[in-house]
Amino acid sequence: MPDATVVHDEVVMADGAKMTARDVDVFYGEKQAVDKVSIDVDSHYVTAFIGPSGCGKSTFLRCFNRMNDTIDIARVGGRIELDGKDIYDPKMDVVQLRARVGMVFQKPNPFPKSIYENIAYGPRIHGLASAKADMDEIVERSLTRAGLWNEVKDRLDESGTAMSGGQQQRLCIARAIAVDPEVILMDEPCSALDPIATARIEELIDDLRGNYAIVIVTHNMQQAARVSQRTAFFHLGNLVEYGGTEAIFTNPRADRTRDYITGRFG
Amino acid sequence: MSQSGTRKLDWQSKEMQARVRRRYVRERRFRRVGLGAVIIAASFLAFLLFTITSNGIGGFRRAELALDLNYDPAILGIQASDSSEEAAATAVSRADFRPLLASAAQAQLGDSSLVSEGAWLAVRDQVVEDPSLIGTTQRVWVVGAPNMDILAKGQVDFDLAPDRRGVSTATVAAYRTLREEGRIRLAFNSGFLTQADSTNSELAGIWGALIGSILTMAITLGISFPLGVMTAVYLEEYAPKNKLTDIIEVSINNLAAVPSIIFGLLGLAVFLNTFGMQRSAPVVGGLTLALMTLPVIVISSRVALKSVPPSIRDAALGIGASRLQVILHHLIPVALPGILTGTIIGLSRALGETAPLLLIGMRAFVSDVPEGVTEPATVLPVQIFLWSDEVGRGFVEKTSAAIMVLLTVLLSMNAVAIYLRNKFERRW
Repeated sequence: MPDATVVHDEVVMADGAKMTARDVDVFYGEKQAVDKVSIDVDSHYVTAFIGPSGCGKSTFLRCFNRMNDTIDIARVGGRIELDGKDIYDPKMDVVQLRARVGMVFQKPNPFPKSIYENIAYGPRIHGLASAKADMDEIVERSLTRAGLWNEVKDRLDESGTAMSGGQQQRLCIARAIAVDPEVILMDEPCSALDPIATARIEELIDDLRGNYAIVIVTHNMQQAARVSQRTAFFHLGNLVEYGGTEAIFTNPRADRTRDYITGRFG
Repeated sequence: MSQSGTRKLDWQSKEMQARVRRRYVRERRFRRVGLGAVIIAASFLAFLLFTITSNGIGGFRRAELALDLNYDPAILGIQASDSSEEAAATAVSRADFRPLLASAAQAQLGDSSLVSEGAWLAVRDQVVEDPSLIGTTQRVWVVGAPNMDILAKGQVDFDLAPDRRGVSTATVAAYRTLREEGRIRLAFNSGFLTQADSTNSELAGIWGALIGSILTMAITLGISFPLGVMTAVYLEEYAPKNKLTDIIEVSINNLAAVPSIIFGLLGLAVFLNTFGMQRSAPVVGGLTLALMTLPVIVISSRVALKSVPPSIRDAALGIGASRLQVILHHLIPVALPGILTGTIIGLSRALGETAPLLLIGMRAFVSDVPEGVTEPATVLPVQIFLWSDEVGRGFVEKTSAAIMVLLTVLLSMNAVAIYLRNKFERRW
């Protein structure tokens, strides 16, 4: 029986959490990947999920926009709420949920279409813009927010797959914010990028903070320390410790967290 | 080892050099064997193409004889009293042109059998086209008999004894006279590309079979492409992974390996016997070939869908696209080159298929160009099969010429496949 989760007082919220997870279990077939995890995600902060490979942090992240639904053998238990509404409720429309809770993936995955189309696709399928001018504005605003507008404004017709890896990942972030989500989930968004591109993404995350609730999964502890205000440490499917980023990195209370932070395993 | 620490290995030693040499020799030998295989395969292909072309090129030409035809209304049995244009046209199309040609050939060439039995058809069509010819005398080039054809093409071996040449001495003499008078020529065989089958080799054409093939392929494509792609999409995207879908998958893979004649039997039993559809009709042929093509399209479409990177699926789902939107907007466009390539490979196979069509009656002798999918028709490979069986000497080159037409159609289909693949792949 693992130790109970250590939750620091500063992250305990009376009410008003953007997303809450209670006793979430995820099974892949017989194997349990996430074990009774409860956590609150606040809109004003960047929350980082850290932990060694295979600790279930990515799997848990994918519960927040029900991406695990697409895996046949995955089963999710427990309760996850967005603004107090159960997202696993049969009445919840998963298509709308995924627009409200956007996602950026580990590997940059722009559509094999033009840069413009990459951004316009989400707003179009959700009917957010009917006139061409509205769509142009959404595209420009999203690319500007993602810090990409000046680099690509003269070549919006070029393929999104022809850009560099870092640009592709910023394009994916722009694509996610084009539908004006409330939460953005980032699954190791920098693991396929070089240090300079990584720094730009981290800057971008910092700029976006406050407008969206951002949850980022990373195996890079320095990155978590740099970009996040809240950190959750996962190990073997358990949430070990959840607190303010500074407290977690300077004064961890759980033994497993301390061992991981100081590099004793991972 | 005893020599640890010090290196005793001499890379320059004789044994080592011999070993290196042997390695190079083996390498060269291996490369030569590979090159040899390519050369052998290429020369087989070249030989095949050369034989077919040299045999078949003659099929596109035919001997024509010049006759001065007097379009005498009396011989044609047309009364001058037919005043109205319509009545005149009917009278012309009903008129018997055979005596006219026979008498002209007898008088001018000395032998009416030098002219093809069906030569009068073209003469009649000419008059129907232009009724003002009646009463005039014109010099017309009419189709020659098979004997004239082989003499004009130099296919008679004069080293043989006269009774073994297959052509009588009298005919040879008549041919030589005609040639001196300039009344025989080898002209482009327009009938070969515009007419249907005939019992006379000099009149037989490939057009009927080509149209039959096109109609049959249209049915096959129209049935098997949507069914195949939808099956693939369902199995890839919607079907739960269980015993039943496993069985379906194994069945489809097995269907693709079933000999084509079995599909012919199936078509015979289902479409002709149970549903009582028209024998020899392209619609039945198309349905039968669609059954055969379906598994090929399903398998290639599934492979194409499977090879779409999962990251694209995630990206679309992550932005809130529904399943249908993911499939229509992202998976199918990316998979399309593969789907189309598979479809055209399947269709090429169906186009060259003979066995199943024999069973559903498409081997019938059809002398009309089909005008719809329910009319009796034959297809190119069956036409080749039928002609290869004919005894008439003229059918030898017709068979090869038909093969040339079939190969041309197949090659253009493959060219279309390559074009489509490149066109859609550029978007990637």
